[in-house]
Amino acid sequence: MASSSSSSSPNWVMENNGVMPHVLAVDDNLIDRKLVEKLLKNSSCKVTTAENGPRALELLGLASDEENTLKGTGSKVNMIITDYCMPGMTGYELLKKIKKSSIMKEVPVVIMSSENIPTRVNKCLEEGAQMFIQKPLKQSDVKKLTCQLMNCRG
Amino acid sequence: MEVGQIQRQWVDCMKSLFIEVSTLLPTIKTLEGFLDAQFLQLKQLQDETNPEFVVEVVSLFFEDSERLLADLTNALDQKAIDFKKVDAHVHQLKGSSSSIGAQRVKNACIAFRSFCEEQNVDACLRCLQQVKQEYFLVKTKLETLLGLEQQIVGAGGSIPMMELSL
Repeated sequence: MASSSSSSSPNWVMENNGVMPHVLAVDDNLIDRKLVEKLLKNSSCKVTTAENGPRALELLGLASDEENTLKGTGSKVNMIITDYCMPGMTGYELLKKIKKSSIMKEVPVVIMSSENIPTRVNKCLEEGAQMFIQKPLKQSDVKKLTCQLMNCRG
Repeated sequence: MEVGQIQRQWVDCMKSLFIEVSTLLPTIKTLEGFLDAQFLQLKQLQDETNPEFVVEVVSLFFEDSERLLADLTNALDQKAIDFKKVDAHVHQLKGSSSSIGAQRVKNACIAFRSFCEEQNVDACLRCLQQVKQEYFLVKTKLETLLGLEQQIVGAGGSIPMMELSL
């Protein structure tokens, strides 16, 4: 059964407004951001995009500046999908930061990359990534993801 | 011009975007279309809630690519070339072109990156020319295609359905 601490509650999917999962998509490439946003919206998700790791952390309420977060609007993020190769903070580094946080560590993180390098895939999975998807993303990839998201808990 | 004619022009344009005989190697004819299946994915994403999706993404691609090509030209024009920076720009362009299905631009970027790694200036400059050429070719064709679509819809017609076995 659910424990008293919300971070280990298995019902985080249900804590959302209605049925639509809220996904945070992180990618430094403008075209990829637009594409992933559309793919997610087509799969009935509410989407917020960020163009880099630090901005994503800000939105998740994990940066030092707590004012500019999504949590303030009552919109809890149900999944994070991030590009691996980003200047500054990579997707892998973002993944580690999320998994280290007490409030966000239960949220599934999906890594996207154009390069399917086994060592890269393994280290992401070892660090707790839900899935590693190859770019360019297709509708079928995203549908699979969101189905898992809706079915795996609650 | 009647709608049927414009629709036929559209079909020809689509075909030429996907099926193009490459004469890069004179003795070997390869099929390397300007666009690949990823572009068809994009088209499938367009719906009533976002009827201009493809036009929007393609326009973003044009803006983004032209900015990157200008940055690349500048970066390779420096006395001391920062190959990491050059590679970063090519990586971006490779990503965008891959995401919209601009296959030949993507492949030209892949070749470009290997020369960045080698820090081969002359090869990089040649690659830049190649990428620019491929970009402008696909840009022209996409502009034609989207222009025809506008005409068809404007004349009350519908965009033909195409079966492409890629």
